[in-house]
Amino acid sequence: MATMNMVHAINLALKEEMQRDKDVVILGEDVGRDGGVFRVTEGLLEQFGEARVMDTPLAESGIVGTAIGMAVYGLKPVAEIQFMGFIYPAADQIFNHAARIRSRSRGRYSVPMVIRTPYGVGIRSPEHHSESSEAHFCHMPGIKVVVPSSPYYAKGLLISAIRDPDPVIFLESTRLYRMIKEDVPEGEYTVPLGKARIVQEGGQVTVISWGSMLQKTIKAIEGVDAEVIDLMTLNPFDEEAIFNSVKKTGRAVVVYEAPKTGGFGAEISASIAEDAMLYLKGPIKRVTGYDAVLPLPKLEDYYMPSTERIRKAIDEVMQY
Amino acid sequence: MRNDLSKDALKRLYAVMLTIRRFEERVVSLYPEQEMKCPVHLCIGQEAIAAGVCAHLGTEDYIFSTHRSHGHCIAKGMDLKPIAAELYGRSDGCSRGRGGSMHLADPEHGIPGTSAIVGGCIPLAVGAGLSSVMQGHARVSVAFFGDGAADEGTFHESLNFASLKKLPVVFVCEDNYYATNSPRSARQPDIPIAEKGRGYAIPGITVDGNDVLLVHQAAEEAVMRARSGGGPTLLEFTTYRWKAHVGPNSDIDEGCRPAGAHERWLKKCPLEMFQRYLLEHAAVSAEELERISVRVDREIDEAVVFGKNSPYPDASELTEYV
Ligand SMILES: Cc1ncc(C[n+]2csc(CCOP(=O)(O)OP(=O)(O)O)c2C)c(N)n1
Ligand SMILES: [Mg+2]
Repeated sequence: MATMNMVHAINLALKEEMQRDKDVVILGEDVGRDGGVFRVTEGLLEQFGEARVMDTPLAESGIVGTAIGMAVYGLKPVAEIQFMGFIYPAADQIFNHAARIRSRSRGRYSVPMVIRTPYGVGIRSPEHHSESSEAHFCHMPGIKVVVPSSPYYAKGLLISAIRDPDPVIFLESTRLYRMIKEDVPEGEYTVPLGKARIVQEGGQVTVISWGSMLQKTIKAIEGVDAEVIDLMTLNPFDEEAIFNSVKKTGRAVVVYEAPKTGGFGAEISASIAEDAMLYLKGPIKRVTGYDAVLPLPKLEDYYMPSTERIRKAIDEVMQY
Repeated sequence: MRNDLSKDALKRLYAVMLTIRRFEERVVSLYPEQEMKCPVHLCIGQEAIAAGVCAHLGTEDYIFSTHRSHGHCIAKGMDLKPIAAELYGRSDGCSRGRGGSMHLADPEHGIPGTSAIVGGCIPLAVGAGLSSVMQGHARVSVAFFGDGAADEGTFHESLNFASLKKLPVVFVCEDNYYATNSPRSARQPDIPIAEKGRGYAIPGITVDGNDVLLVHQAAEEAVMRARSGGGPTLLEFTTYRWKAHVGPNSDIDEGCRPAGAHERWLKKCPLEMFQRYLLEHAAVSAEELERISVRVDREIDEAVVFGKNSPYPDASELTEYV
């Protein structure tokens, strides 16, 4: 067991899966010689060679489309998109093809592909370099969306994502990359997709979060009898874990950094309202970014949900 | 070398190049203060292209640019003050301090807003060209982009459409041989980017982008062709970026690019070459160059003071302009 940050944990997951399965290949801009913008693929070119760690042209639609074709015919590509804002040129391939080949072939083909991309506020750069647009991808049937919140879970979830028969968008918070270190076992372990985890048990309020916001959420609940859920997989999400908790606590707060409108918290809130309405003692609250294009630092600090904002929402729900 | 440009025109070209160089160098020296809290992609070494191309554009013509846009915006006539304020994230910045270095905008100078999406601006330039035609303007639309953008589908789609409609567009590829640390030879088959024009029936030409007079001449033809209804041109200017892909430092010790090439290109400094030409062949005196230099430095001083003194945007502005 070694202590490592998320960059190293993801790197380890890639390395072990490539050792285990020769069909796992990596492709993307600067992933080989350079080891990727955030050095997540560092050392893999040296270990596995150019055929399995491929520097591609600067063309996201081409990268993802090519990965889909590879996945349909026997390989397990892990494509990297340098920042989430650069995934949009590939949206056509993801939505129109990756998501639909299983259905189009009536289950005879699937697309065992992973697209890894850094997301969210973290490097103090506006717009494309700080996007948190997970909800777009959750809306499209046929795609799984996974967001780890710590090194241990990043490794286990990525291994599951690589082995999954369907396309997975794997979102890596730039802020978390080097922020937390924790024990990560070497060798195989998996964290199942589609399952949330209870980070902390509690009885008075359920706080649901994922990825970059989990740490802040944990800080914000200090002194509150709160149950914290790390969703980990957004699509398909673990409704049961949420309902069980909300039925117990009667209160729910959802925390995420994307813009509020149409964010994934809306889906969670609606599901709770549909299935656990009668257990609720107060309104469901969302603590989110604002409906704005992500601006530069000074405004960025206002944009991101702070522990104070999270705490305020919890207090409001508790006092309702 | 051509010698049909007036002394004033030559001095203007020089002043633009020098402004770009000195502005970027000022960013280099100020960046460590950590008050400019945005990534900066500097164009030191590539100044001749922006200057030589924009010399043919009027205020009303359009330019579209990229993450590496300071030079293009300065050459198009943008005031340094709102650029400096933008780099400082202040409310007098050209994007009200929300966008930073990669998102400069100045509608009054035909700059609707640059963005970092590689290749993203190219079809926008085509659309602006189409709009110019449909509205009966004689405005020319210029897309500045890098060799990396020529990997993207948008580049090819744009050439095709612009050619089909014979639009007043000039495609300006600054071929500095690298997209971040990825050499062009690892991303594209070995043919000049300008030759890709042929597949779309667009005249294409590869020109030494560090020789401002050659740039000026090639751009003149292209802009005239565009303005007179002759359709688009693809200009490939070979050049080299002196600094790292992003940030104020050199990447020479990082082994991303061969050290030998770096040294060769430093010897081909576009400013020094032009300066020599002006002194030796254009009867421009050292005093005249010095006067330009003093003026440029003063303008930059003023811009920096302006930027640093401008207030930060207010939190209440966060959801505006969406
Ligand atoms: C669509 C997209 N993909 C990836 C990136 C990340 N990125 C920023 S600049 C750059 C290289 C661009 O190279 P080039 O077009 O040659 O311009 P240069 O930096 O050399 O001026 C890359 C890959 C991006 N900004 N946009
Ligand atoms: Mg380049």
